[in-house]
Amino acid sequence: MQRILVGIKRVIDYNVRVRVRPDGTGVVTDGVKMSINPFDEIALEEALRIRERGAAEEIVVLSVGTDDAQQQLRNALAMGADRAILIKTDQALEPTAIARAMLAIVQREKPFLVILGKQAIDDDCNQTGQMLAALWERPQATFASKLELADGKVRVTREVDAGLEVIEVELPAVCTTDLRLNEPRYIKLPDIMKAKKKPLDVIELAALGVDVTPVLTTLKYEPPPQRQKGVMVKDAAELVAALRQKGLV
Amino acid sequence: MNRILIVAEHLDGKLNAAVAKCVHCAAAIPDADISVAVLAADGTAVAAAAAAITGVSRVVLVQNPANEPALAAVLAPQIARLAAGHSHVFGPSTTFGKDLMPRVAALLGAPQVSDVMAVESATRFRRPVYAGNAIATVEAPAGRQLVATVRVASFQAAAGGGSAPVEKQALDVALPSHTRFVSVSAARSDRPDLQTAARVVSGGRALGSKENFALIQRLADRLGAAIGASRAAVDAGYAPNELQVGQTGKIIAPELYVAIGISGAIQHLTGIKDARTIVAINKDAEAPIFEIADYGLVGDLFSLIPEIEKNL
Repeated sequence: MQRILVGIKRVIDYNVRVRVRPDGTGVVTDGVKMSINPFDEIALEEALRIRERGAAEEIVVLSVGTDDAQQQLRNALAMGADRAILIKTDQALEPTAIARAMLAIVQREKPFLVILGKQAIDDDCNQTGQMLAALWERPQATFASKLELADGKVRVTREVDAGLEVIEVELPAVCTTDLRLNEPRYIKLPDIMKAKKKPLDVIELAALGVDVTPVLTTLKYEPPPQRQKGVMVKDAAELVAALRQKGLV
Repeated sequence: MNRILIVAEHLDGKLNAAVAKCVHCAAAIPDADISVAVLAADGTAVAAAAAAITGVSRVVLVQNPANEPALAAVLAPQIARLAAGHSHVFGPSTTFGKDLMPRVAALLGAPQVSDVMAVESATRFRRPVYAGNAIATVEAPAGRQLVATVRVASFQAAAGGGSAPVEKQALDVALPSHTRFVSVSAARSDRPDLQTAARVVSGGRALGSKENFALIQRLADRLGAAIGASRAAVDAGYAPNELQVGQTGKIIAPELYVAIGISGAIQHLTGIKDARTIVAINKDAEAPIFEIADYGLVGDLFSLIPEIEKNL
C-alpha cells in the first residue's frame, strides 16, 4: 500500500490572542479554541492532493497527545484522511520524545512519505521532522513550498533565507511544510458525518516502549516586554530631522 | 569549563554574519571555550573569517567537496562526530540552522533549545514561544550535551580582530547519498542582507502593485537599507517571499526599521519588535503599527516617500 503519514498537533487556534497565566506556569487555555496546527493542515492538504493525483493510496494521520486530540484527528478525517492514530499520553512531550514515538508508528505503517508541519505554533520548536528523519536514517526536506514526486524520489522546493532552494531526495523521506505549499480545503458538513465512521485507533504511549523521559524543564513563562508608543510627526521634514538627530540617517 | 561548538553558516566563500552573533551568545555562558566548525569544500576564507571573531578559541576546518552546497543530511553526521567532548553545540536560527541542528541533536540523543534569545547560565536559557507572545525560561540538565539554535536578532555580532588557530580535520564518517542539491534561486544583489542590515525599509499592501514597490527599493537605496515586505505584500505578489518580515518570515533587529503602508498585523510586529527605532508611515491613523512605532507619520505614502527623499 502506497501510504503517506501526516502528523497532526492540537494547538491553540492561531486566531486566539495568547495570554500568559498570572502565575507564570503556562498560557491561558481554559475556554480557548483549539485547532489543528496550521502547518499540519497544510501537510494534510498536500497528502490529499498527492492521493487525488493517484500517487498515494492511503493517508494516515497521527497525533501524539491527550484524548482531546481525537477532535483534531476527526477534523483531519473530515478533510479526507483515511484513518487516524492517536498515541495517547497526558504527559507533555519534547520533540525528541515525539520523534521517537512517531518512529515506532513509521516502522509499523511503512509510509513512503511522512509530511509534518515545519513547526507547531505553540512551542515553535521546529525540530520534530528533522529528528524523525535522523532517527529513521532517511532524508529530510524541510520548509517545503512545492513537492513533486517522480521515480522513487521527491523534488522539493524549499523556502530558505537566500530564496528558493530545490533539492531531490530518495523515498522514503520526511518533508516539512511551509506556508506557501498550498491552501487547505474547508471541511464540508457531510464529510464530518462520514469522518465519524472512519477508523481512529488509540494506542497508549507506554505500549510503544520508547524513551520519553523529559530532559528539559520549563521554569516559567512571562509576557514579552512591550514597546512604548512613540511620537507622531507632522510631515516628512520633521521625520527626517528627528532621525538625523538620532544619527539614524 | 563549558566547551561550545558553533556550526558556521557560509555561502560562496563568505561567512554568514549570524555566526558572530552566535559567538556573542556563546560567550555569555560562564567559563566558555568556543570552537567554530567550518564544513566546506575548501573553506579557507570562511575559516579565516571565523578565526578573526573575538572570543573564538579555535576553528576546526573540515574540507570535503560533499559539504557544498550545504545539505543537512550530509553535514549532520560530521557535526555529531565533531561534537564529542563539547558541552554545547550551537547553530544560528536561520533556515540553515533550523534545518540542520535538530538532525544533529537526534544523532547525539541530545535535547535542543530552539531560538535562544538570552543566556542565564550554562544550562538556563530564555526563548520565545507562541509567536513571541510568551517568553519561556528553559533549564537543561547539567553534565549532559545540549544543542541550541541562536535567535540572531537577539544578539549583537561579536567584534573582529581575533586570531584563533585554524585546525584542519579529516573525518571518517559515512555520508548519505540520498539527498541531492538541484538549484537555488538566490536573488543576489549589492543590497544589504535583510537579516543583518542596520537599516531596513519595508513595504506593505498599500503599495498596491509590484511596480509601485519600486518606490520602496528607491528609498532603501537612498538609505543604504535592506528591503523587507509584509506578508500581505508578499501574498499579493508585490515582493518575493524571501523578503517577508514577521513571525512566518524573517525576524529582524535593525537599528532603523521603516514600515511603509504596513498596518501592523501581530505576526508582522513579532518580527520587528527588537528593532532599535521603528518608523511607521500609513494613511490610517488608527493602524496598529503606530502603537509600537517610535515615530509615526500619517499620510499618503506616494507623496510622502518623495518628500522624505527630498529631505535626506
